[in-house]
Amino acid sequence: MNQSAPIQIVFRNIHKADSHTLAVYLAGGGYKAVVRALARTPEEVIEEVKKSGIRGRGGAGFPAGIKWSFIPRVSHRPKYLVCNADEGEPGTCKDRDILRYDPHRLIEGMIIAGHAVGAERGYIYIRGEFFHESQRVEAAIRDAYAKGYLGENIFGKGIRFDLAIHLGGGAYVCGEETALLESLEGKKGQPRVKPPFPANVGLWGGPTVINNVETLASIPDIIEHGGAWYASLGVEKSTGTKIFSVSGHVNRPGNHEVAMGIPLKTLLETHAGGVRGGWDNLKGVIPGGSSSPILTRAACETVTMDYDSIAKAGSMLGSGAVIVLDRSVCVVRAIARLSRFYRHESCGQCTPCREGTGWLSQIMDRLEAGGGQRGDIELLEELCGNISGKTICALGDAAAMPVAGAIRAFREEFVHHVAHGRCMVE
Amino acid sequence: MEQELNDNAPRFSPEALARTEEIFKRYPPEHREAALMPILHLAQREFGGWLSPEALDYVARFMKLAPIRVHEVASFYTMYNLKRVGRYHIQVCTNISCWLCGSDAIVEALRARLGIGFGQTSADGRFTLAEVECLGACVNAPMLQINDDYHENLTPEKVVGIIDQLP
Repeated sequence: MNQSAPIQIVFRNIHKADSHTLAVYLAGGGYKAVVRALARTPEEVIEEVKKSGIRGRGGAGFPAGIKWSFIPRVSHRPKYLVCNADEGEPGTCKDRDILRYDPHRLIEGMIIAGHAVGAERGYIYIRGEFFHESQRVEAAIRDAYAKGYLGENIFGKGIRFDLAIHLGGGAYVCGEETALLESLEGKKGQPRVKPPFPANVGLWGGPTVINNVETLASIPDIIEHGGAWYASLGVEKSTGTKIFSVSGHVNRPGNHEVAMGIPLKTLLETHAGGVRGGWDNLKGVIPGGSSSPILTRAACETVTMDYDSIAKAGSMLGSGAVIVLDRSVCVVRAIARLSRFYRHESCGQCTPCREGTGWLSQIMDRLEAGGGQRGDIELLEELCGNISGKTICALGDAAAMPVAGAIRAFREEFVHHVAHGRCMVE
Repeated sequence: MEQELNDNAPRFSPEALARTEEIFKRYPPEHREAALMPILHLAQREFGGWLSPEALDYVARFMKLAPIRVHEVASFYTMYNLKRVGRYHIQVCTNISCWLCGSDAIVEALRARLGIGFGQTSADGRFTLAEVECLGACVNAPMLQINDDYHENLTPEKVVGIIDQLP
């Protein structure tokens, strides 16, 4: 198919007036897919989602159908479904639009998912700052209860599914699924050691599946039109559509839903109004949220927005937050800001991350302020190596990747900082 | 454990108590302590935008939890204010997307207008200015949050206008 054509699945409703209301959602064909899903066995629903090939839209990209199939059919503890709406990866703001403009799509996706994995209770963990968004979701949940879509006998099928929201408290690490579970249990959000994985031992010890908002909001269409249809969108191993949050130096920043596999250049030039000052003014793109390594302009010429192409270019698709930097930006300064973020957000549990993020930030700040010393670049590289893969969760890796990636892609800027005590560009 | 509450001690209003009942219903009865975070959010709203040591103690008694359990959670998450904040809590995002789109100028405009820096509260108690990490509105950068409300696609002029129009 034509990868460049706009296609709206998750975002189909959001431009309608009062798109958040049940009436508008129903008028657009809402809550039909769930009726269809409830008429099928959980195994058939999981099979359909597997066929779609949809991968987790929160950043890790794990196939959702396979994740669901890990949940044991029989469990002596209650099973849970959790939606991760703790959107906090810098650059990412797509889930917010689903929460505030189409909460019923998410609720419908969750009822289907609950049926598929056999969970009778679900939670939507929403970042605490999204107060107004959470009120929209809460109102939508109330309306769904009133209609009998939620509760002890959903759609008259004798199946129970309860749904509630849980507001976070402003901690990035709670986007990590086991930290999120701790937080949902009313504790500090510190990640758990895995294994055991949440599919076996999750919320209150019960088998738990955790999916991102965008993933769950894609489920109604997968059921409605079939997994094969969904897989026909996008490209092999990166099927369907993806919402890219394009921010920074483009003429039309925004959340754009497109088929996976679209060339990055097309996404920026056609959908996001072009790079400020023209394509030649582009310095680089952080393609998948703040933890993904920056791509140079040369890489941006050819990379396509799918898991494999971005990985081959040395970065990752992540959450789909595309952060655009033009030539006025000092890469050292930009990365120093990100290092400060990770230092602030480290939960303090693992020494390599707690100490390492502090050191990364201090050295990046020193370089930026003109106090860089010989050997600092090598020291940063060594630090990144000492953090990556040595912590309970991926926050340590997330802190190291932008630093190591920027040194790889823009080493001359770092060298210039050390040698001259200032930026090449400012 | 059970202490007499004096008249000035924080305590939930009848409306807040009704709200706590709704909150507890979200969780299985045997996992009542999961309600701690929403109850802390509620307490902060009820008790003037921050959680004093007395407010934390009240929540601990209310939840039947050890005070250290409550303090541990309240101090882990940045949204629980353990120090008094002004009537308008202004939180400015300076993370990458906002910075690329001019958050430095937004911060300067705020400093000039309010006469305070990050972490400070104005002498009249109206404003507290804080720097925050990404608030998830990056395609509408630069942005800031005042109490519950996001203000997006800002310019220095717009920011001053917003501040001046606050009641």
